[in-house]
Amino acid sequence: MTHKNNNKKFEKQHYQKIQQKKEIKRPVIRNCFKAFFVGGFICLIGQVITTFYIYFFDFTEQTAGNPTVATIIFFTMLLTGFGLYDKLGQFAGAGSSVPVTGFGNAVISTAIEHRTEGFILGVGSNMFKLAGPVIVYGVFSAFLIAIIKTLFMKWMG
Amino acid sequence: MIFLWAFLVGGFICVIGQILMDVFKLTPAHTLTSLVVLGAVMDGFNLYEPLIDFAGAGATVPITSFGNSLVHGAMAEAEKHGLIGVVTGMFEVTSSGISAAIIFGVIGALLFKPKG
Repeated sequence: MTHKNNNKKFEKQHYQKIQQKKEIKRPVIRNCFKAFFVGGFICLIGQVITTFYIYFFDFTEQTAGNPTVATIIFFTMLLTGFGLYDKLGQFAGAGSSVPVTGFGNAVISTAIEHRTEGFILGVGSNMFKLAGPVIVYGVFSAFLIAIIKTLFMKWMG
Repeated sequence: MIFLWAFLVGGFICVIGQILMDVFKLTPAHTLTSLVVLGAVMDGFNLYEPLIDFAGAGATVPITSFGNSLVHGAMAEAEKHGLIGVVTGMFEVTSSGISAAIIFGVIGALLFKPKG
C-alpha cells in the first residue's frame, strides 16, 4: 500500500516538474504596462466625467464619485452588450477588470449570458455570480474595520 | 493637473492588480476581493480620503474605492448612532455602484443577446 502511495507521490512530483517546464511564461512587465495604460485611461475618462458633474450639477469633489461610477457602468453596459469589453479585457488584463467598469462588466455580462434561462432563474439568480465575492468580502471586512474603529474611538475618547 | 494624477494613480492601482494576477497567480475574483479589502483597510487608517483629494477619479474609479466607501458609510452612521450604525450605514455611500450594476444589468439582458 505504502509503495503504491509513494509511486503516486513520485508521479505527482514528476508531473509538476514537467508542468512547470512547459508552462508558458507570462510576460509580466508587458502585461503591467498594458494594465497601467488602459486602467489609467479609464480613470482619466472617469475624471472627465467627475469634472463634468462638479461644474454642471453642484457635486463636490468628494460626492462626485457616485454619479461618475453610475455613468461609467452605463457605458460599460453598451461596451459589454456589443461585445467590445471582452476584447479590451483580453488585451488589458487587470487594466480593465480593476476599475469599476470591470465590476459592471462582470455583472452585466453574466446577466446577458444567462437570459436564455429566463429572467428570474437565469438573469436574477446568476447576476452576482462573478461579482458576488467582491460585495460579500467588501462588506464583511468593512464591517470588521468599522466595528474596531468605532470601539477604538470610544475608548480613546 | 488632477487629470494626470488620475491617470497615474488609477494606472498604478491596476498594475497592483496585474501583479497579483501574474506574479502571485491569483484568479481575477481573488484579485478584486483582495483589492476591495485593501481599500477598506486603507480607509480604516484614514489613508484613502487623502488619495481621493489628490487623484480624484484615479482613486474613486478602481474597485478599491468600493471598500473605502463601505467603511465610510458605516463610520458616518456609527458616529451618529453607535455600533448599530455600522450595519445600517454600510451601503449609504456605495449604493450608486451596486444599484447601477443591477439596473443596467437587467436593461442589458433585455436589450442584448449573448454572443458566441
